[in-house]
Amino acid sequence: MGKAKVIILRTAGTNCDKETSFAFERAGAATELIHVNELSRMEKKFDDYTILAIPGGFSYGDDIASGKILANELKFRLDEGLRKFIDDGKLIIGICNGFQILVKAGLLPDLAGDYQTIEATLTLNDSNKFEDRWVYLKNSRAKCVWTNAIDKIMQLPVAHGEGKFIPKNKAVLEQLKKKGLIVFEYVNEFGRSAGYPDNPNGSVENIAGICNTTGRIFGLMPHPERHINFYQNPRWTRDRKAKNGEGDGLAIFRNGVNFAKKYL
Amino acid sequence: MFWRVEVKEKDGFYDAAGEGVKKDISDLGLGNKVKDVHYAQVYLIEGDIDEIDAKKICEDLLIDPITQEYSYKGPAFNEKIYKTVEVAYNPGVMDPVEDSAKKAIHDLGIKGIRAVKTAKKYLIQGSLSYTDIHSIAEKILYNKVIQHVVSGRSEIHPDIPPYEFELRTVDILTASDDKLKKIAKNGQLFLSLEEMRQIKKYFKILKRDPTDCELETIAQTWSEHCKHKTFRGKIEYREGVGKKIKINNLLKSTIMKVTKELNKPWCVSVFHDNSGIIRFDEKYDICFKVETHNHPSALEPYGGAGTGIGGVIRDPLGTGLGAKPIINTDVFCFGYPDYPYNKLPKGALHPKRIMKGVVAGVRDYGNRMGIPTSNGAVLFDENFVGNPLVFCGNVGIMPKGKSFKKVNKGDLVVVVGGRTGRDGIHGATFSSGELTHETHEGSGSAVQIGNPIQEKKVTDTILQARDRGLYNAITDCGAGGLSSAVGEMAESLGAEVHLDKVPLKYKGLRYDEIWISEAQERMVLAVSPEKIDELINVFDRENVEATVIGKFTGGKKLKLFYGGNLVCDVEMKFIHDGLPEVTRVAKWRRPKFKEPKINNNKNLTGDLLSLMSNLNIASKEWIIRQYDHEVQGGSVLKPLQGIGSGGPGDASITRPILDSNKGIILSCGINPDFGKIDPYWMAAGVIDEALRQIVAVGGDIAKTAILDNFCWGNTNKPDRLGGLVRASWGCYDIAKAYGVPFISGKDSLNNEYSTGKKTISIPPTLLISAISVMDDISKAVSMDAKTAGNFIYIIGITRNELGGSQYYKMKGFTGNSVPQVDPVYGKKLMNALTGAIKKGLIHSCHDCSEGGVAVALAEMAFAGGLGMSAHLGAFTPPKQQKALPDGILLFSESNTRFIAEVKDELKFIKAMSGLPVWKLGYLRRDKTFRIFGADEKLMIDTDIDALKEAWQKPFSKL
Repeated sequence: MGKAKVIILRTAGTNCDKETSFAFERAGAATELIHVNELSRMEKKFDDYTILAIPGGFSYGDDIASGKILANELKFRLDEGLRKFIDDGKLIIGICNGFQILVKAGLLPDLAGDYQTIEATLTLNDSNKFEDRWVYLKNSRAKCVWTNAIDKIMQLPVAHGEGKFIPKNKAVLEQLKKKGLIVFEYVNEFGRSAGYPDNPNGSVENIAGICNTTGRIFGLMPHPERHINFYQNPRWTRDRKAKNGEGDGLAIFRNGVNFAKKYL
Repeated sequence: MFWRVEVKEKDGFYDAAGEGVKKDISDLGLGNKVKDVHYAQVYLIEGDIDEIDAKKICEDLLIDPITQEYSYKGPAFNEKIYKTVEVAYNPGVMDPVEDSAKKAIHDLGIKGIRAVKTAKKYLIQGSLSYTDIHSIAEKILYNKVIQHVVSGRSEIHPDIPPYEFELRTVDILTASDDKLKKIAKNGQLFLSLEEMRQIKKYFKILKRDPTDCELETIAQTWSEHCKHKTFRGKIEYREGVGKKIKINNLLKSTIMKVTKELNKPWCVSVFHDNSGIIRFDEKYDICFKVETHNHPSALEPYGGAGTGIGGVIRDPLGTGLGAKPIINTDVFCFGYPDYPYNKLPKGALHPKRIMKGVVAGVRDYGNRMGIPTSNGAVLFDENFVGNPLVFCGNVGIMPKGKSFKKVNKGDLVVVVGGRTGRDGIHGATFSSGELTHETHEGSGSAVQIGNPIQEKKVTDTILQARDRGLYNAITDCGAGGLSSAVGEMAESLGAEVHLDKVPLKYKGLRYDEIWISEAQERMVLAVSPEKIDELINVFDRENVEATVIGKFTGGKKLKLFYGGNLVCDVEMKFIHDGLPEVTRVAKWRRPKFKEPKINNNKNLTGDLLSLMSNLNIASKEWIIRQYDHEVQGGSVLKPLQGIGSGGPGDASITRPILDSNKGIILSCGINPDFGKIDPYWMAAGVIDEALRQIVAVGGDIAKTAILDNFCWGNTNKPDRLGGLVRASWGCYDIAKAYGVPFISGKDSLNNEYSTGKKTISIPPTLLISAISVMDDISKAVSMDAKTAGNFIYIIGITRNELGGSQYYKMKGFTGNSVPQVDPVYGKKLMNALTGAIKKGLIHSCHDCSEGGVAVALAEMAFAGGLGMSAHLGAFTPPKQQKALPDGILLFSESNTRFIAEVKDELKFIKAMSGLPVWKLGYLRRDKTFRIFGADEKLMIDTDIDALKEAWQKPFSKL
């Protein structure tokens, strides 16, 4: 069994590509940083990979709206290859700007199942500004291959200005709940729902991450790739016993990579 | 067809932009007149598209279908009840959204778009007069340097007519001195009469007048900004009525001398490239540069500060063969944000607006570049009104062996990145003069407009080209634009450049404008002809333009052509070495400030709480969190530390290589309040401060290098120059004694704001930025108190040194007893502390700076969520010193002091043997924070929640 092959998608303004690649490598995958132009020129093909990771950053400067331009590029120019990739049951993770892109391309939550209907958005934080802070996340027991068997409260950083998750309407929210597509909720350190700043952006129902109905496409605002190692946690100097331990975020990458190795 | 689209938030969704403006209006004192503010984003689209296309563009691109709606047939709002203000960019100013919008429309399958422009429309409801609206627009909504209020409707500006070549010469051969002065002034050359005479002399030999382009090239190269003529020139210094001292090249005889004498083997390249390089490990070197962007930020805070950070990022990128930018730093000095509007000097922007704009500008550029901002400081003083200081720094990393460059004869001159426009013309010369109330009118084009995504693309591709060895040398287009970049690279060989080949943002630029434009996001490469195709392909693959514009000739001349016409033909030697030597006069007399009487016997709880809320001490969390300080994943010790990440860290630690435990420590020292009393001791103090922050987190001063950034008033005035000389001497004495080399530096002189009658000079300000390599980041210590029952020690001697302290400042005084530094003892003390931290004997450590011992103790306690009991009676004064009153012990800002949390006292005392340490008290399980005076009287009695609240309050409402 070879290594899972991961596309780390790059374009103008992508900026979390290197550390996302590092996280996947740590989880046992082989990664390639691929510029979106290489896909549209057909120099690289989705078909040759099993995981697509859309890392954080400010794709195209977040001009017009965050993630919008790359979302449209995926939706209108790369749709053929991407649809097949999804149809083949392959995995996608979108982190921060990547999550915004998946939602704005209509790939998350995709209740309609048509890979294009926009059913939610990520919009300006209630605080009306970009904020970098660490949050606690509760796994809502979604059937998501990326978060399988993660049961502890996770600590990850967020760093965004537009992370407030808003579903299109009540019906969408109900479906998200009913189908178990809400993957992470912002909580306080005791695992309970709390207001700002524990919910850093005012997301509806504290939603921090969701998946599609197959559980294979996953997007989240927090950055798991920034907590791969103990020393990235802001509290490490307060608890030195956990020395050389791994960070909470690694489990997410390992889940994806192991699933891909096993089934794809 | 021309389509005008307005996008607004749907009813029921938060109109952030509108609400933000409403808050700003209320800050202006007009809150009671405003009921509601709304915002509409305007897009102007021109091209061969029909209504179906236009609707598709709106629905699939311009709106968020969940939260927004659009109108392309008239206004999005019912405008009857509003007064509207529409703001658009001035002709020639780059619209940042245009390129990506065009690309996105193309992705939709729609072709034939010619132009996309944006405008902002504000709709204000309330009982505001025309004058109110005018004042709101001017103070909040637009900046005339780059924008205008549209009367009627925004239009896409008509095409600028193409430029028709005409060679322009400047008549100087026959010019009188008066005429020469006039030429310098009218041409915004900022050259002195002596310099103009020198130029005249040169061209007399050539028997012709210079072209405008030649004159500009010389002015750029000779500008204070590029040449540092004050620092490198001759100075005659005199203290009071003392003897005259002659100084030849202040820089070489102080700052650079330290480095030369210390001769550290790990200094790879210092003072000659775009940033200073030191060794990181066996495989990598790191480099560091800090720049200022004060004048542009005074005029256009958002754009000025953004291009400040954008510019300094290009310094490491243009160092050696190019370093990857990995950490940003930022230090700001502002006037007070509550400064009365009616006292504001004519023409100056309000400090609050400057602060908000600067913070946002650095945020948007740094965050978009994906570079963590890990260290910085923010200071306030009323003399920064009109002339803020904006220091931006960047650290880069490069593989060993890529730290040097060499241009070869025959190499091609290649410009890479953004296109050239009219933005930023005369930036280098303009920043070398002083600001006046007229600068806002006249120097609009000196402000550059930034595009961080362009710079990110350039960075990504340059590093690929570097790793494939496709070029021989690189430098950035900064101040002076192509003129400086090509001029520097061609210094020994000479070059010829065809200016008509430079890609332009729009038509109509004259050849000389192309040559000196400071349009952002451009780099210049020297490329061997056989590698040019491969190089251009690397950039082209990621949509970055790379264009051959000339070659390095070996002819030792700078020759510029436009459409085959020779427009500049000067010897490199004259451009670089022709500057006449001038002797400047420097005088120094120590000012006398009123010395306050402090009542030391009263309870000081109230004073401490007020001090915690003092803007120079209060939490900068509002700013810190707006900056991504964790992108790239290397952050080990963050700017906010402790419980709820609510304590101010001393230095930051970053791990650039994610699977190595080696780290980079960054810190900074700055204190304009000390500078008011004596720049010598300010320099000493800020070096000490930067170093003690390095040590406080576990660093070692023997592995530390520093950078200097001098920001001064007009040094043509002898008293200002006298202070500069003293600060430089302070730098030499203290850095040399500590054994810490300078690796790079920069000066920004003429930081004065003049309204004709009155001139405000900034206080002399020296920023010292320190960078240190840490072998094992797992040994790092944060500043938050860890465990109840652990002991609190003070390390280092407290003296009666309240001069320039925040305590005095809060009471309205400056005082005279500025803190001094004894580096011989300081070095011993810091080295011992480094050893104790390495041994794991210190559980938390915090340096004592602004606010003294009291503030440091409070910050440690609340950061750790633990109370504290401390007894000043524990101090036994060192020999020949009287016991000091409690108020001085608590608030004096004596240098070289730390607070440390210790568990194993015996081992700690042994590690610090022979050095002054005192046990002050212990950490409590509860939240009580008490400090007892020397006579055991309760001097401070509060709790950590109250202290933290006082500390967090001031900036939380912004």
